[in-house]
Amino acid sequence: MAAVVAVAARGLAPWIPVVGLEIHAQISSNSKLFSGSQVQFAAPPNSLVSFFDASLPGTLPVLNRRCVEAAVMTGLALNCSINKKSLFDRKHYFYADLPAGYQITQQRVPIAVNGSLSYTLCIDNKMSQMVTKTVRIKQIQLEQDSGKSLHDDTRCQTLVDLNRAGVGLMEVVMEPDMCCGEEAAAAVRELQLILQTLGSSQAVMAEGQLRVDANVSVHHPGEPYGVRTEVKNINSIRFLAKAVDYEIQRQIEELENGGTILNETRAFDSKLGFMPEPNLPPLILYDAKSLPANMNHQQVINIDWIHERLPDLPSVKREKLVEQYGILPEHSFTLLNEDGLAEFFESVVKQTQMKPKKAIGWILNDLLSYLKQHSLTVKESPVSSSLLADLLNLLEKKEISSTAAKQVLAELWKGEGKTPLEIVKEQKLELLQDQKELEQICQAVIDGQENEVMAIKAGNRKVLNKLIGLVQRNTQGRSNPVLVKQLLEKKLSE
Amino acid sequence: MLRASLRQVSAALKEGRVTPTELCQRCLAVIKSTKFLNAYITVTEETALKQAEESEERYKRGQPLGILDGIPIAVKDNFNTAGIETTCASNMLKGYISPYNATVVQKLLDHGAVLLGKTNLDEFAMGALGSDTGGSTRNPAAHCGVVGLKPTYGLISRHGLIPLVNSMDVPGILTRCVDDAAVLLGSLAGHDPKDSTTIQDDFKPFELPNLTDVSKLSIGIPKEYHAPGLSSEILALWSKAADLFKNAGAKVVEVSLPHTCYSIVCYHVLCTAEVASNMARFDGLEYGHRSDTKDSTESMYAATRREGFNDVVRGRILSGNYFLLKQNYEKYFVKAQKVRRLIANDFVKVFRSGVDVLLTPTTLNDAAPYTEFIQEDNRTRSAQDDILTQAANMAGLPAINVPTALSERGLPVGLQFIGRSFQEKQLLTVAKWFEKQVQFPVIQLEEVKRHDSGVFQHEKSASFS
Repeated sequence: MAAVVAVAARGLAPWIPVVGLEIHAQISSNSKLFSGSQVQFAAPPNSLVSFFDASLPGTLPVLNRRCVEAAVMTGLALNCSINKKSLFDRKHYFYADLPAGYQITQQRVPIAVNGSLSYTLCIDNKMSQMVTKTVRIKQIQLEQDSGKSLHDDTRCQTLVDLNRAGVGLMEVVMEPDMCCGEEAAAAVRELQLILQTLGSSQAVMAEGQLRVDANVSVHHPGEPYGVRTEVKNINSIRFLAKAVDYEIQRQIEELENGGTILNETRAFDSKLGFMPEPNLPPLILYDAKSLPANMNHQQVINIDWIHERLPDLPSVKREKLVEQYGILPEHSFTLLNEDGLAEFFESVVKQTQMKPKKAIGWILNDLLSYLKQHSLTVKESPVSSSLLADLLNLLEKKEISSTAAKQVLAELWKGEGKTPLEIVKEQKLELLQDQKELEQICQAVIDGQENEVMAIKAGNRKVLNKLIGLVQRNTQGRSNPVLVKQLLEKKLSE
Repeated sequence: MLRASLRQVSAALKEGRVTPTELCQRCLAVIKSTKFLNAYITVTEETALKQAEESEERYKRGQPLGILDGIPIAVKDNFNTAGIETTCASNMLKGYISPYNATVVQKLLDHGAVLLGKTNLDEFAMGALGSDTGGSTRNPAAHCGVVGLKPTYGLISRHGLIPLVNSMDVPGILTRCVDDAAVLLGSLAGHDPKDSTTIQDDFKPFELPNLTDVSKLSIGIPKEYHAPGLSSEILALWSKAADLFKNAGAKVVEVSLPHTCYSIVCYHVLCTAEVASNMARFDGLEYGHRSDTKDSTESMYAATRREGFNDVVRGRILSGNYFLLKQNYEKYFVKAQKVRRLIANDFVKVFRSGVDVLLTPTTLNDAAPYTEFIQEDNRTRSAQDDILTQAANMAGLPAINVPTALSERGLPVGLQFIGRSFQEKQLLTVAKWFEKQVQFPVIQLEEVKRHDSGVFQHEKSASFS
């Protein structure tokens, strides 16, 4: 279901943008896809290179089991059919970062095919209006990552670092079912969360563990798809949305000005096809039915065994949060969107009497905004879940007002090690517990605000808030506004 | 001593009749005196003597590592040998010092073998490690009068063997007699985790029985191996050999491998395609020759590869790239794979029909003189040489050349046995029986005769009658 981008200004026929994605996710494993050298980010150049990675003559690839498991997990999480027999191929091209002159990949028969990914969008940026969309997953294939090359133009040299050469990648191909930058970003974000939940990839875009290429084209309704261009080198989800939308706009403008879209192929896109990788036999996977009786489970990969051990995917986790805690769907969305926030929330709920439905506000509004303001992750929060729980307990027991609680939180944020109770005492924020004293103050306010009392009695209920405010002021915010309202109303009705 | 079999030498070492150092020195002397033959690219004199010394120590302590301890070995220069130049006889790898040992080299060293050096082809040493992609172990073996064994694909590790055609290459074994080949096979075969194309099953080294009764044996004679260009001499020899089996009571049947005639073309497509792919790594960046060109990476690649590869290699790469072009892939490469399957199935059918072993010529002729050899272009020449041997590579089957007789020119001629997959024991048993019947004269070089210690009797130089 594609959104239609109307071109209002010129009143011409509307355009339908079409976006597909090719995503490379670096597999989270100790060693590389076909060799035993370590996988590590930002190591000294060429310090993680085995003979095979350097393509020394006579070396042979040996498949890393963990990488296969990661791909199977990912395939299952994306509802794919796992091919019990998949093949490896060589894709040839010459480039400084490709030592063997070819990349080992899975072109003919990849490990997983025909899956789907559901993701959620907010309509008009309103969290309360969420819609679920699906994108088809064409396939997932295992392949080698390349090394890195840097061009030093001043010294006319190319510097090559092969640390990354041979690291395992899962290429996830998403069909062109998306229509804009927002959808592409949401789909990638959901994929990222899934990969991180599975542990099959850490999927941190800034570290190059998740790389996205977008294929973009536009066409008029009823006409065939247009020429597509590739948007590459996208290093953040936000930039992905922008870059895709920019390209859509660019294509529309180009076409409306009578131009054509050029498909710029890569400089090294060779005319050579693939060749089967002769040093790797077909990859055979088993399930419970096909597993031979005498085979050691260490020697083979059992798809069903992996399936049984999959963790709850984000979509399931969200549902469970909503069901278990009675929070809104958009709440669970935000909880999962922030690394560690859902765990923080659950931890707080365990330690407080406040209902989760109420506690969630404190997590999402107060805590989260502090974190964002200071660019901190949940893990780095100076306010721990137990501290927050303590605070919420004070509030729940009506020992402080919610205004006071916000003040305490601000103090807690400084991370000086004081407990909420200590701060309350220090700043004298306890709610007045003496009902008689409160009644006296209310009476005093009523006595001092003749005009307002008359207005209220005449039917203007809103003015009551002013009286409540005055009571609050007189008590330095230490009165429970609900109680104050009750008292005032009672007195005014007398 | 240098004409003796591996077992005989091993016994002599054990009994102290000769020391590893003496043996090593004698071999080195022969190498020096035959230097004009250009058989060795690198002679590792220092390390060889050191290894011989260490072997000697072990024998003195009465703790030899096994039958190969102290035995001089030569290894073809496409096997990686740590710390020793490995060139594949190419400019591209001139000066390239391997940082690791190929698995088969490591196994030989672990068994105490003494590495004499890296060879251009197979060699006169006690045992030699070659490689066989389309016949390059069996062919030279036939021309030189030694035993050349191509094991089943997947039996011996290719880790460290610089590949020509990954799906056909196997390490090959060159020895004086079939028993010795079995010994070497025993120390080299078996699963290697570093080579995913080796079989998982355990390999059990075997000793060859002395077959006396061949009545239960069925020998197949593939009629298509009566190939154009087969010399009448060799044809006659082949026929005599078949009769030998028949007269001894074996069942000898004519069989057909109908797709044999396609094997040259099929081999050419698959070989050049894999070669093109395998040679892609020689870009001058990580190791090996690098051109001085400084204009751009691309120009460096081009110059490096032009300087590093000779015409033959470049020709094969160009052909291979042609077959791998997207528009040609189905037409050539995939088709050739299908034809390969047909060729392999020919053998399956024949073996299923009850044939145990096939008997064929190994080469079309005896060795050509140098002047004749350099006349034809490389493609024609290798096509002709390989025609009788390459089908076994395409089918992955074990095959062995057994030296049979001397030609009219006085040059060695051999015959080939092809066996069932992983049935090396049966194949070698038959080969050993045949070897015993033909009593091929042991190779003697004049220089060798001079160094002969007289420990062994002169062999009967009978021609096969």
